Order: sequence, then C-alpha cells, then structure tokens
Amino acid sequence: MSENAAAAHDVLLVGGGAAGLRAAIAIAETNPSLSVAVISKVYPMRSHTVSAEGGAAGAIAEDDTLDEHAYDTVSGSDWLGDQDAIEAFVQEAPRELLQLEHWGCPWSREPNGRIAVRAFGGMKNMRTWFAADKTGFHMLHSLFQTSLKYADIRRYDEWFVTRLLVDDGRVHGVVAIELMTGRVEVIAAKSVVLCNGGSGKVFPFTTNANICTGDGMALAYRAGAPLKDMEFVQYHPTGLPFTGILITEATRAEGGWLLNKDGYRYLQDYDLGKPEPTPVLRSMELGPRDRLSQAFVHEVEKGRTIESPYGPIVHLDLRHLGAKLIDTKLPMVRELCMKYERIDPVKELIPVRPVVHYMMGGVHTDIDGATPIGGLYAAGEAACVTINGANRLGSNSLPECLVFGARAGKAAAEYAISAKQPSPVVMRQADDEVRRIDHMRSADRGTEQIADIREEMQSTMEDSAGIFRSGDSLAKGIDQLAELQQRLERVQLHDQTLAFNTELVAALELANMLDIAETMLHSALQREESRGAHQRTDFTSRDDTRFLNHALAYRDSDGSVRIERLPVTITRWPPGERVYGR
Amino acid sequence: MADNIQMRVTRYTPSPGAVPTVANYDVPLRQDWSILDGLNFVKDHIDGSLSFRWSCRMGICGSCGMNVEGEPMLTCATFLTDYAPGPVRVEPLTNFPVVRDLVVDIDDFMEKLPRIKPWIIRDDEKSVMDGEYLQTPEELEEYKQFSNCINCMLCYAACPIYGLDESFIGPAAIALAERYDLDSRDRGQRERLDILIEKEGVWGCTFVGECTRVCPKHVDPAGAIQRYKLKAATENLKAFLLPRGAR
Repeated sequence: MSENAAAAHDVLLVGGGAAGLRAAIAIAETNPSLSVAVISKVYPMRSHTVSAEGGAAGAIAEDDTLDEHAYDTVSGSDWLGDQDAIEAFVQEAPRELLQLEHWGCPWSREPNGRIAVRAFGGMKNMRTWFAADKTGFHMLHSLFQTSLKYADIRRYDEWFVTRLLVDDGRVHGVVAIELMTGRVEVIAAKSVVLCNGGSGKVFPFTTNANICTGDGMALAYRAGAPLKDMEFVQYHPTGLPFTGILITEATRAEGGWLLNKDGYRYLQDYDLGKPEPTPVLRSMELGPRDRLSQAFVHEVEKGRTIESPYGPIVHLDLRHLGAKLIDTKLPMVRELCMKYERIDPVKELIPVRPVVHYMMGGVHTDIDGATPIGGLYAAGEAACVTINGANRLGSNSLPECLVFGARAGKAAAEYAISAKQPSPVVMRQADDEVRRIDHMRSADRGTEQIADIREEMQSTMEDSAGIFRSGDSLAKGIDQLAELQQRLERVQLHDQTLAFNTELVAALELANMLDIAETMLHSALQREESRGAHQRTDFTSRDDTRFLNHALAYRDSDGSVRIERLPVTITRWPPGERVYGR
Repeated sequence: MADNIQMRVTRYTPSPGAVPTVANYDVPLRQDWSILDGLNFVKDHIDGSLSFRWSCRMGICGSCGMNVEGEPMLTCATFLTDYAPGPVRVEPLTNFPVVRDLVVDIDDFMEKLPRIKPWIIRDDEKSVMDGEYLQTPEELEEYKQFSNCINCMLCYAACPIYGLDESFIGPAAIALAERYDLDSRDRGQRERLDILIEKEGVWGCTFVGECTRVCPKHVDPAGAIQRYKLKAATENLKAFLLPRGAR
C-alpha cells in the first residue's frame, strides 16, 4: 500500500442502485463543483433495485391524501416507524416519482395520459405508481441512463468496498478491491453514503439477488455505527417454491386470491376481512405482508397447505383475471411462471410460499441519512431511518430509495463542503485491511469451505429467526453463529489468483453476513414482545410499555453485540390497534 | 432421466502465455436447475475457483450471459434438461475480451452507451411541481419494447459485425437510442441521429438480424437499426437538397 490514496473525492456513494444513483444525481445537480463518485461491486444496472416489481407509492390521486399515506405507513409499521420521517417521506415521494417521470421512466398511464396508480397491500387508497410489473427495472435504468448525462460522476464499476476508514469520529474514505485486477486501493472521501442494499442472503430462501449480502450494514457496524431494528425481517407471502423468485403483490392488487388446499380463501380466518370477488383495500389479500405470512404458518399447522418437493405451499389464483389483464399489467409474472414453474397463470394455479424479502433494519440514520459517524450517511435498504418500523408496506421501499437517497446525497454534499481533507493517519488502517484480505486469500488456513458455512448460517437463521421465533430458538442460533464465526477463520479458498476472484468476494461477503446475522438474533432475543414481523411464541403480544422503542446494535471491541434503546418519534398518531378488513 | 449431466466449461486465468482450457464437471441433472444452478454447484462443491457473474437469477439483471452450446444465453433462464443427456458446453460470451473463466470485459459497451445520449432531451424543461408530461398508453406502446433492454450483451455476442469491427456502436445502444427517439417526451432525435449517422453508427450493420433473434427480452434491435437507416437516408437526402437552415 502506498502512502497516498489512489483517488480522492468529495462524496463517495457506495452502491449504484436507486438510492445511490438518486444521491449522485442530486449532488451533480445541486453542487456540480463537487467531485462525486459511485462505487459498486456490480455495474449499476445490475443492482438489486432491478428486481422490484409491483410499484412505488406516492399519493397523487384526487381522492388520496398525504395523511392517509402516513397513517397507512404508521399502522403498517405497527407504530415502530418514526413519524417525523414518515411525514417527510409521504410528502416528498410524489415529487420524487414525478422527477423520475421527467427523467423518462415509462410509468403505466391512464387513457388520458395521466399517471396510473394501483392498489397495494396495507394501503387504504390507490397510490402505487407502476411500470407494468417491472417497476424497479425501469426506475433503475431511467436513473442509470440519466446519470450518464453527468459525465463528471466518476464510477468505479465492479469494485468491492471492504472497509470504511474512520478516525477521530469521522469517515475518511474506503478500502476497496478492483475485481478485474484484484488490486486493493484506498479511495479517500470527505463523506461517504452507504447505499448498498439489504441482506436477504443470510437466509436460505429469499427473493434477494446473490449480491444482497448486507455489505453496507457490516461496513458501518464494524466502523462503530449502530444497526437499528435488525430483528425485523420481512417475509413476502408469495415466492415461487424452489427459486424464491418474487411474485409481486400487484397480482393480488389486480384481484388475485390466495387459496389453501381446499380452494378456500383462508385469509378470512385471520381477522383480515371477508372474501369479496373484487379487491377491497386494506383487506384480505391486500392485508400487510407480516400478517399474510403469519397466516400461512397457521395454515401449515392446521394441515391445510399443499405438500411440494420444496415444503408446504398455497396457491395464488389469477385465472379469473384473464389473459388480457395479465399481459398488460403483470407480463413478467406470466413470463416468470412459465419459465421457472412451467405453468401458465392464465390457466393454472401458481404455487407460492412465504420468502425472505426485505430488511426493515439497517444502518441507523436520522431523517437526512446521517449516521453518528461524521461524514457517514446511509440510504435505501442499507439504512434504517425508519419509515418501515416493524413491517414495511409494499411499494414504500422504491420511493424510500429516492426520497432518502436525495436527502442523504444533499446532506453528504453539505458535509463535504465544510469538511477538512481526509487524514493520512487512516492509511495505517488501510494496511491492516490489505493484510486481512491477503490472509483471507492465502493458502493453508484450514479445511473449511465457504459453501458449508454459508448454508449452515442460512439454515440457522431460518430455524432460529423465521416468521415465528422464541427465546430458546434465538439463544440456540446465537451459539451456532458464534461457532460459524470460528470456522470462518479456518476457511480455505481454492482460488489464490488476483483477477476476478469471486471466491474471495464470497468469503468477504460471508464475513459480512455473519456479523449482520448476529445483530439480528441479539436484537430479536432482547425484544420480548410480538410486533409486526417480529413474532415471539413466548411473548405473544405487543408491549408498548417496554418496547415502543428501537434497538440499536453496537459492536463492542471484543466483537460482541451490545443493544441500546432509542425512543420512537411519535408526532400525530398515538399507538393504536392495527385494523384490517373491518 | 440420468442422474448427472456433464458441463464442459471454459477456464482461463490471465498470465503471460496463458490460453483457455476446458474443464469437465459432472453436475446433478435436476428438472428445476438452470445452467447457472449447475455452475453454482461446481463452485460450491467441486471447484471454488470457477469465476462467473450472476445476481438476480430471474432474468432481469443481465449479469449471467454466456455462450451455451455456442448460443448467447442468460444462464439463469436456460435449463440443464434442455441439453440432456449432455454434455453441455459453456463458454464466455463471444466478441468480448475474456477477463477470467466465464467473465468478459464489457467496458467497451459502457463507454459507448453515453454516446447515444440515453436520457430525455428537452428544449424546454417543465418544473416537477407542474406535474407529469402526459403520455397516452398508445404513446407508451410506441417505445415500450425498446425500453426493456437489460444490457445483457447477448446481442453483441451474436453480432457478426461487432465481431469484425468493435468500433460498431452495436445493437443494444442503437435500440436504446430508438427507445428515447420514440418517447413522446423526448426532443433529442436530431442529436442522436448526428451520432448514429457516423460510420460507427447504423451503417455498419448489414442486417443479419442475429441481435433480435438472441434477445431474451424480445427487444428488436435489428428493427431499430432499420428505422435509423431510413431516418439517416432521409436526412442525407435533405442535406443534399436543402441548405442547412431549412432542414
């Protein structure tokens, strides 16, 4: 490692999905004199935003209001969302979505040319903008292509950030591996925004892409920033049984039904309303994801699900919607079913089961994306502001990337303008990081295999922290993860070469995931209540006296997890009952 | 069904004098497994040093394009059973420099893409506060298919012109230029034509049509190229007949 950084920027965005690209454009537009860079382990258009299907919420319809969007989000979050953040979010979401329209996003339209909106789970009004059922794909490509207009945005495509350089309470840059060559370099920056997504890959069965390994969360956590609300993991009720590929909630918004083995719309048995032939907002199949996934588990317990080679399933019925509607509004669903299940949803039932989809938790930030570390920001799924609380509503995450990507970008730019040059003392930290990477790649470490540890971590997480958890299951999981951390020290790579060493990346990702997984289990163990997506079989009700607060997970110097508590911000909606379908 | 299928996979690690080799791996032949699942089986259980790109495994991120039995394919959307009893040959995409094993260098495309100005160009910018640009479903339909390009590079791998002359701007870039030209909100047709009228632009194409045939998202780059040739020819004719100010 040389004495100097390979490059220096004012603002460095780690991650090139919706949040990172939105932040980059925000800075390029408002502070064109700043040096801005986007660094990502994949090309921007490969980012996981690409897989989002159903839509993006923003109240624009004439019969809709910002307050109703806010209330739906607050109640959807089981009152764990911070209401100041939610109010800012619902206010700025329509403007951000319109901005995307001006940047060319091919939003689906009404016959008169206006933006069309559809229903979505847990939402009282139609307010979800959509681009057929490829909303994330179109948003990502619109953002990426628009970002190309700003030639000064420097990109580091296929560079994997492995460490944040932090000294004296502020960030000074990152250490990253250029995958093409295997070079390890320091990239100095006055401010850094973590926009590198979620961590669904800590679980065995997930909608998430291979790249969703919680890298941003792990970077922040190791640098001393807390992770917030990590116990809240969203299971989406409808994934394809083998692959875990997402079948969008928009199928149910358009009128799809969930049926058990008797062809019965079982959600009516779980306080979610009465079955009607056409969709009813905030009712039945348009209930929130946490409640629908929990209902599935109860159906399994009652023996009313269908056995498949990949475990119990239920059916999603779209047959009554007809080919025309499916081809116009859900074309990718049909394509995915035909390709990966060899069935045609126009004529056949779709087998589905709940699947890990989204992390409500993430890097603790304020409403401008700022973490407690000077110059370090986070946005998107990597962050936890939090508008999502204990359960995110479908179609809130895409606008969250835009609203808080833009906010974090602007705040990071402001910080960079007033900040001093990054300190050279952090170069010693960079040397440590080079040693860690070299050691990981070296021969003769032991006989452990990456895939074995990863698979055991994933099954541990499913067994201990699935849709339902208990103190016993979580404590057992914590012990198992500690053992896996030991085994990671003895992992042996087959690949010692420099050029595009994907095995080295996988080992570093696994190290990230193990750290994240530990914070999830510790946070879940200490939350002795049931709220939203966190359901404890030993503490079955919500406990606002003890737990109307966030969990902040800190890494202690010995590597152990320390949990602190932070009150929830309540502005206008005192805690109440979540009511769906009545 | 047989229990296994053999995958014949190109291996290459850059070093002076290194040449690509082929390694044979037996992987389980399962009904649900894609080519990508087979490669991941190799990586997880046989040889962890095998390198390839992948991410979404649902045909939308565009990472996992490779040549399968000589055809450019998304390996996550192509199934082992389609090649039973095997063997099945898996190679890096053709027409690109190979970085490592099945990983190719696509920086050439990444450098070309901004040249065609793939963003909305307006004479007048309306404020976001003034709402959306109206666009009817019919107007959306005009450009929709061209907006479905996932930048997977299969069309470049299939294009014989790009194989001979890498200065050719290529199918996906031209399809994306057409995507914006056909968008009712855009006014940048003239600027893009100025770029595509150059010799690296549409004239390089001899209309083989392979690009459209291999596209996994049913985009029609060959159609876009034909439309551009027509626009360019019309423009050349105007240039010949009319003084510049009248064009």
